[in-house]
Amino acid sequence: MLFLFWCAHEFVPFRLPEFQSLCHLFRIPYRLQSGREDTPFVILELDSESQAQKILSRSICTKHCIHLWGQGNSYEEFHSSLKSFQFKDYSDLLNENKSFKVNVEAFQKKISISERSERIESMEYFPVQGPVDLKNPDVVYSFLEDWGQDGNNLPPAPYNIFFGRNIGEGQRHLITKLSIKKRKFIGNTTMDPQLSLLMANLGQVENGSFVLDPFVGTGSLLIAAAEFKGITFGGDIDFLTLHARSKPSRKGDKKRGDDESMVANFRQYGLTVHYGDVIACDFSKSPWRSGLQFETILTDPPYGIREAMTKVGTEKDYTNQSIPEKYLKTHIPEKVNYSLKDILEDLLNFSAERLSIGGRLVYWIPIIRQEYKEELLPSHPSLSLLHNCEQVLSSNTSRRLIVMSKFSNEKGKAVVYEKITNFKDQFYIPLAGNIGRKERKERVKEHGHLNISQEDMVKFHGRSNQHKMKLEAKMAENT
Amino acid sequence: MKLLTHNMLTSKAIKQVNTGYPLLIEARDVKVSEVEFNPEFIAKIIPKVDWDCLRRAAEQLGHLDKIPASVPDTYENQQEFLKQAHHVLLEIELINGDLVCPESNRKFPVTDGIPN
Repeated sequence: MLFLFWCAHEFVPFRLPEFQSLCHLFRIPYRLQSGREDTPFVILELDSESQAQKILSRSICTKHCIHLWGQGNSYEEFHSSLKSFQFKDYSDLLNENKSFKVNVEAFQKKISISERSERIESMEYFPVQGPVDLKNPDVVYSFLEDWGQDGNNLPPAPYNIFFGRNIGEGQRHLITKLSIKKRKFIGNTTMDPQLSLLMANLGQVENGSFVLDPFVGTGSLLIAAAEFKGITFGGDIDFLTLHARSKPSRKGDKKRGDDESMVANFRQYGLTVHYGDVIACDFSKSPWRSGLQFETILTDPPYGIREAMTKVGTEKDYTNQSIPEKYLKTHIPEKVNYSLKDILEDLLNFSAERLSIGGRLVYWIPIIRQEYKEELLPSHPSLSLLHNCEQVLSSNTSRRLIVMSKFSNEKGKAVVYEKITNFKDQFYIPLAGNIGRKERKERVKEHGHLNISQEDMVKFHGRSNQHKMKLEAKMAENT
Repeated sequence: MKLLTHNMLTSKAIKQVNTGYPLLIEARDVKVSEVEFNPEFIAKIIPKVDWDCLRRAAEQLGHLDKIPASVPDTYENQQEFLKQAHHVLLEIELINGDLVCPESNRKFPVTDGIPN
């Protein structure tokens, strides 16, 4: 049976990974018939409608799902395909007691009401017997035409025509339910609800899954995991953020409300039962008991742009001293800089040890687009890379959502290349504005990014000579 | 901090500590709340719990009476047991107090339900 999933036109690279992860979660064999990035349609071959309903019960990408009864690359092919459909198997839907309606949609092309009626009339062989009810029909059918990507340059005929019965909707209403505009407690780093729900699906969270976010911040990822019924835990070194005592992020707020807290968010959405706990701790010195495993680790580690990256530690040598008794109670440990490379190494090593077999790690890595190569992504001998979805931030930068799964308990060490983690140093180079608009467009067209060369960096970095000299000296060091 | 979470914590990360488990509890404020009961959810959580540690923790908070001595074999189907487990693991919370490392005696404060 073929099912057409009509998807939202956002976060397109995350679509197929979401379908694959949900099929795997529900033990549905994943058979993709078509799913090109330039159309809103993904067609899966499934064994039953109940499989499609399972996918719909979690899918964030899907707007509607249609059980496909006919399709074609031309009207001729379409009608011949639909005519050969086994209508008699669905006589209970087509009989005179069931009212119906046909939605006609043409993507990229505007069609008039009379043109819509024409489409419906062209299916004179369609054996439906019930009355038409446009307000409250028992059954809804969809007649869809795909006219391509460019509304200004339409082809002479649609690329694809589809017809089928609507069987349900995805979970996009959750995006509104969890909207940050209305959420009690947010911060600078709070994740967009759509992305956090996608992450929870890619992480295969289910009822009772132990989910951890080791850089929990304001808990936005835990909220999504709680919505999908995991039991959620978080850690963060930032005491103030955890206790909701940091500076407010909402425009116009001078002070945080007394009732703002991480738990308040869970209460707001009726998800309290899924809130485990959050712990103020340093990720590099984890407090979790040995042998304890999590099914899913979801996180957005600090990149050093909107938040500081620190861990407990000191540059001084204290090996022969210990903290005097009288200071112990209020001792606040010294912090040192925790580089992105170290964070990712620790994250992969932690996940390889702490995930159950088959458990998933889902995390974001910031990328300078012209430096990116897939081989440079962090790796670990016990974790396999399943998905890698890009979200473009600017012509120079993007971040990639990485999904890894643990397949073995074999001990090993993570490998993280320095080159890919230099994000913080390269992010602030104020270059894009200095390259002329026309040239910028040409460069992006040719390379996919700005292709900033060493000379560009010297030429544009700051106006003063001092800056230029410092940069030249730095580059001389590296060559 | 829930008793479920206490069950998962150790002070092993500190230098010179071997096991650091279980952490002792010095309670100042304990709250008992009502949390929605979902039998499937609790049944999935129980296998990860160290039951003896849980009993000792409940005792330190003065709630020993509500917890059964051990996990029965077919716990997934025993509603009574699941309800009791649900109560102890998720409904009893330490709001203010200290967690103490059993080896080094170092104290970790718990403020507003969040351990440090």
